[in-house]
Amino acid sequence: MIEHLPVLLVTVPIVAALLILLLGWHDSRFCYPLTLATILFQFAGGIALLIEVMREGTIHYYLGGWAPPLGIEFVIDTFNGYILPIVLLLALATAVYARRSVEKEIKPEKIVSFYVLFQLLVTGLVGMTITGDIFNLYVFLEISSIAAYTLIASSRKPRAYVAALNYLVLGSIAGGFVLLGIGNLYVATGTLNMADLARLLPASYGLATVHTAFLLLVIGFSIKVALFPLHLWLPDAYTEAPSAVTVLISTVMAKVSVYAMFRVIFSVFTTAYFVETVPVTELILFIAAVAIVAGAVLAIAQEDLKRMLAYSSVSQVGYIVFALGVANQIALEGGLLHILGHAVMKGCLFMVAGVIIYRLGTSSFSDLKGVAATMPVTCAAFALAGASMIGVPPTIGFASKYYLVLGALEAGHWVYAAVLLAGSLLAVGYIWRFIEVAYFSASSHHEGGDHHPAPGVREAPLSMLVPMVILSILCLVLGIFVDPLMKIVAPAVSLLLGGA
Amino acid sequence: MVDVTGLLPAVTVVIPLLAAVMILVSGRHENIRDGFTVAAAVAMLVSVVAMLPSILSGERITISLIPLLPGGDLALRVDAFGMVFALTAAVLWLLNSFYSIGYMRSLKEHAQTRFFFCLAVAIAAAIGIAFSANLVTLLVFYEILTIITYPLVVHVETPEAMAAGRKYLAYLLIGGIFFLAAVILTYILTGTTGFVPGGFLAGSAPPLTLQILFVLFMVGFVKAAWMPLHGWLPAAMVAPTPVSAFLHAVAVVTAGVFGIVRIAGWVYGMDLLASLGLGTLLAVIASFTIITASLFALTEDNLKRRLAYSTVSQLSYILLGVSMLSIAGMTGAMAHIPIHAFLKITLFFVAGAVIVAAGRERISDMKGIGRKMPVTAVMFSAAAIGICGLPPLSGLISKVYLALGAVEGGVPILLIVLIASTVLNAAYFFPIIHTMLLGRPDDERSLDSVSEPPLTMLVPIVLTTVASVLIFFFPSMPFMDLVEIAIGEITGSVIP
Repeated sequence: MIEHLPVLLVTVPIVAALLILLLGWHDSRFCYPLTLATILFQFAGGIALLIEVMREGTIHYYLGGWAPPLGIEFVIDTFNGYILPIVLLLALATAVYARRSVEKEIKPEKIVSFYVLFQLLVTGLVGMTITGDIFNLYVFLEISSIAAYTLIASSRKPRAYVAALNYLVLGSIAGGFVLLGIGNLYVATGTLNMADLARLLPASYGLATVHTAFLLLVIGFSIKVALFPLHLWLPDAYTEAPSAVTVLISTVMAKVSVYAMFRVIFSVFTTAYFVETVPVTELILFIAAVAIVAGAVLAIAQEDLKRMLAYSSVSQVGYIVFALGVANQIALEGGLLHILGHAVMKGCLFMVAGVIIYRLGTSSFSDLKGVAATMPVTCAAFALAGASMIGVPPTIGFASKYYLVLGALEAGHWVYAAVLLAGSLLAVGYIWRFIEVAYFSASSHHEGGDHHPAPGVREAPLSMLVPMVILSILCLVLGIFVDPLMKIVAPAVSLLLGGA
Repeated sequence: MVDVTGLLPAVTVVIPLLAAVMILVSGRHENIRDGFTVAAAVAMLVSVVAMLPSILSGERITISLIPLLPGGDLALRVDAFGMVFALTAAVLWLLNSFYSIGYMRSLKEHAQTRFFFCLAVAIAAAIGIAFSANLVTLLVFYEILTIITYPLVVHVETPEAMAAGRKYLAYLLIGGIFFLAAVILTYILTGTTGFVPGGFLAGSAPPLTLQILFVLFMVGFVKAAWMPLHGWLPAAMVAPTPVSAFLHAVAVVTAGVFGIVRIAGWVYGMDLLASLGLGTLLAVIASFTIITASLFALTEDNLKRRLAYSTVSQLSYILLGVSMLSIAGMTGAMAHIPIHAFLKITLFFVAGAVIVAAGRERISDMKGIGRKMPVTAVMFSAAAIGICGLPPLSGLISKVYLALGAVEGGVPILLIVLIASTVLNAAYFFPIIHTMLLGRPDDERSLDSVSEPPLTMLVPIVLTTVASVLIFFFPSMPFMDLVEIAIGEITGSVIP
C-alpha cells in the first residue's frame, strides 16, 4: 500500500470526485465532508512522502509497472517533496474555509459541481507536482486549468464570466506554448521523461529546436505564473472569483505553476544551459525587478481590497522569479522559502478579504472604515500576514527577503538587491491602505472608552476564522523556526543546481 | 570578561510580551488590564536589577534562543552597555506606566487596550535591542519597535495624526531597509554579525566599502533623529504625551543612539573609525544637528514640539561624544543616554500634566501657571536646568566628559559647539521657566480651574527629577560604573 502512495494521491481523489458528484446529486450535504476527507488523506500522504524522501532519498514510481522512457513515471525528490505538503496544506485550509463562503457566493444548484471541480483542481495540481514526465505534466496542467476557469465562472457576479473567459483565452495560449515546447523537445530527443531529457539534451544544446523549446516553455509558464507583463488575466480572475476559489488559485495554483517553471528550467534544461549556453539570467532578473516594482505600484493604486491583493501577487511572483535570475544557492533558498511564505500569507490575506465580503458584502476600501472594531480577529490576522508581506522580522516574509538579498549581493547584483529592498517598502504602501482604513479611520473614533462594535456586523463563522488564523500564525511561526525549514529547502536547492 | 549562560535575559524580554497578551485578553476590565501593565513593569525591573550585580562584577549573561538566519542566531547577551539602556528603560517604563494610566484615564482617551498592548510589546522590543548579541537580533527587535509604535503615534486618528504616522513609518522603515542592507553586507564581508568589543570589521574590506557601510548604518539608525533625517520626531508629537515620553526617553530615540554607539564600539571599533576618518563625518553631522535643532527649538511656541527639537539636539551630544574617538568622549556619550532620558522624561511628563490639568499646549498660554501647579512647574525648571548642564543635576556629568573628550581627542573646536549649545539651551528653556513661574496671565480668572495633576502623574514627575539629582550626587551608582566597564571592554583597558 505505502509504496503505491504516489499514484493513490491522484487516483483516490479522482474517484472521490465522482463519488462527490453521485452522492451530491442525492444530497448536497455529502459534498463537504467527502471533500474534506479526501484532501485530508492527500495531505497526510504528502507529509508521509516528504518524510520518506528525507529519510530514504528520491522515490521513483512507475505507473502500471511500465518503466520509463516508455511508461509514465512519478518522481518525488526533495524539491517536489517540499512543494507537495505546501500545496495540500493550503488546499486543506481552503477546503475548511470554503463551506460557509460558498454558501453565500455560489448559487445553491452549483454547490455540487463546485466541490467536484475543487477536487479536480487540487488533484491536477498534485499530479503536476509529482509527475516525472513532461507530457503528463501538460495533461495535469490542463486538467487543473479547466477546473479553474469553471470555478471562477461559478461566481454569482456577472463580471466573473468575463474574467473566466479572459483567463481561458490566455491560459489556453499558455498551454499551447507549453505543448509546442514539449513537442520540440520530443523532436530533439525522442523522449518525454524529464530525467531522460536532462541526460539527452546536452548533446543538442546548440540546436535551434532546443532554443525554441526553451523559449516556448518559459513564455508559456510565465503566462501561467502571471509574470509581469504577462499578468493581464490575473487581476480580474482573482477579484471576480468566489473567495474560496481566489484563495485556492492565488496560493496553490500559482505556486504549482512556479514549481513547474522551476522544474523545467532546472531539471530538464539544467543551469548549464540557461546560465552558460543561453545567458538569460540578466534578462530574467530585469523582468523580475520590473514585476516587483510595477505590481506593487499597481497594488497601491487600487481601491478594492481583493484587487489590491491580486496586484500584490503580481509583485510577489517577481520575488520568486528573481531567485531564478540570481540562480545561486542562497537566493534559490530564498525563492523556495518565498513559495511557502507567500502561499501562507497570501492565502491568509485573501481569506480575510473573503471574510469581509461574507459579512459586509463588499471589499471596497471606502466601505471598510473602522472594520477592525467589529472584526478584531480578522483584522489582526491581516496585520500579521501583512507584516509578513512587508518583511517585518521575525516573520517568514522577512526570512525569504533576507535570503534573496543575501544571495543577490553574493552574486554581485547590487542594483537588483536595492530594487528588491525598495520593493518591500512599496509593499508597505498597499498593506497600510487596509491597516489605516480598518484600524485608524475616523468613523471608528469614539470618545470615552474603547471601540464599540457597530450593530449587525460580527466576526466571521468559526470554520472561516480558524484556517485564516492558523495561516496568519504560521507566518510568524515559520519565520521563527526557519532554520529547521532550511534542512528541507537547502537539499532541494542543491538538487536543482546539481541539475539531477 | 566572563560569559555565563543564564535565562534572565530571555525572561526579561518575555515578561512584557506575556503582559501584552494578558492586556488584550482583559481589555474589557480596565483595572485588571492596567494591573497587568504595572505588574509587568515591576517584574521586568526586578528581572533587570537581578542581573545587575553579575554585570557589575564583569560578567556577561548570554543565551542563544534559536538559530535564525545566516549571520546570526536569535541570541541575547547582556553586557554593561546593554545594561545602561535596559536599566534606564525598565525604570522609566515603570514610572511611565503609572503616568500613562493617569493620563489616559483623566482624558478618557479611546482605544486604551490597544494603547497599553502596543506599549508592552514596544518595551519588550526595546529591551531586546539592549540585549541583542548580534546585528541580526538587533535588526529583528529594531523593526518590531518601529511597527508596534505606529499605532501609538497615530492614536488620536485625526487626519493630522495619520499624516504624521505615514511620515513616521516612511522614515523608520526606509531606515530599516538601510539597516538590513548593512547587516547583510557585514555578513558577506566577515561571515559573522556578532558584537565583539573593539569591533570585528578591521581589514575585512577596502576603506571605501567600510565608509559606505558606515553610512548605511547611520541611515539605518534614523531613530537617532540626526539632521537632516529628524523630520519624523517633531511630527510624532501629535501622539498622546505618554507616547512622546516613551519615544523620547524610554525606548525609540534611545534605541537609535544606542545602535550607533553599538556599531561604533562593537562592530567598527574606535581605531578603525579613526583610520577611516569617520569621526570627522560624525562630528560634522552631530555639530550641525546640535546647533540647528536648538535654533528650531527657539522658534517653537508649542511646548511639546520645542521639547522634540531639544531631543534632536541632545541626542547628537551622544554622536558628538562618539565622534571624538577618545575614552572621555565615549564615556560622555554612553553616560548621556540615561542622563538625557531621565531629564527629558520629566519635561514631557510636565508637558502632559499641563495638558491634563489646564488643557494648554502653547508656551504663550502658560503664563503664571506655576502659581496653580507649583510642584509641576518647579520640577520642569529643575529638569530644564539639568538639560542645560547646570548643577546640581546630572546633565553636568556628561557635559564635563564631553568637554574632556574634545580636548583629549584633539578637537577643541567641538568645545565651541558645546558652549554654543549650552547658551542656546538656556535661550529656549529659561523663557519657559520664566513664563511658568513669574508670568502674569492675561486673564487672572482663566487659572481658576487649574490645579496640580492627579497623583499617578505627579509622583512620576517628582521621582524622575529626584533621580536626576541623585545621579548627579552618586553618579557611579550604577550608571557610571557600567559605563566604565563598557569602556574597558571596547578599549581593552583593564578595569581599575
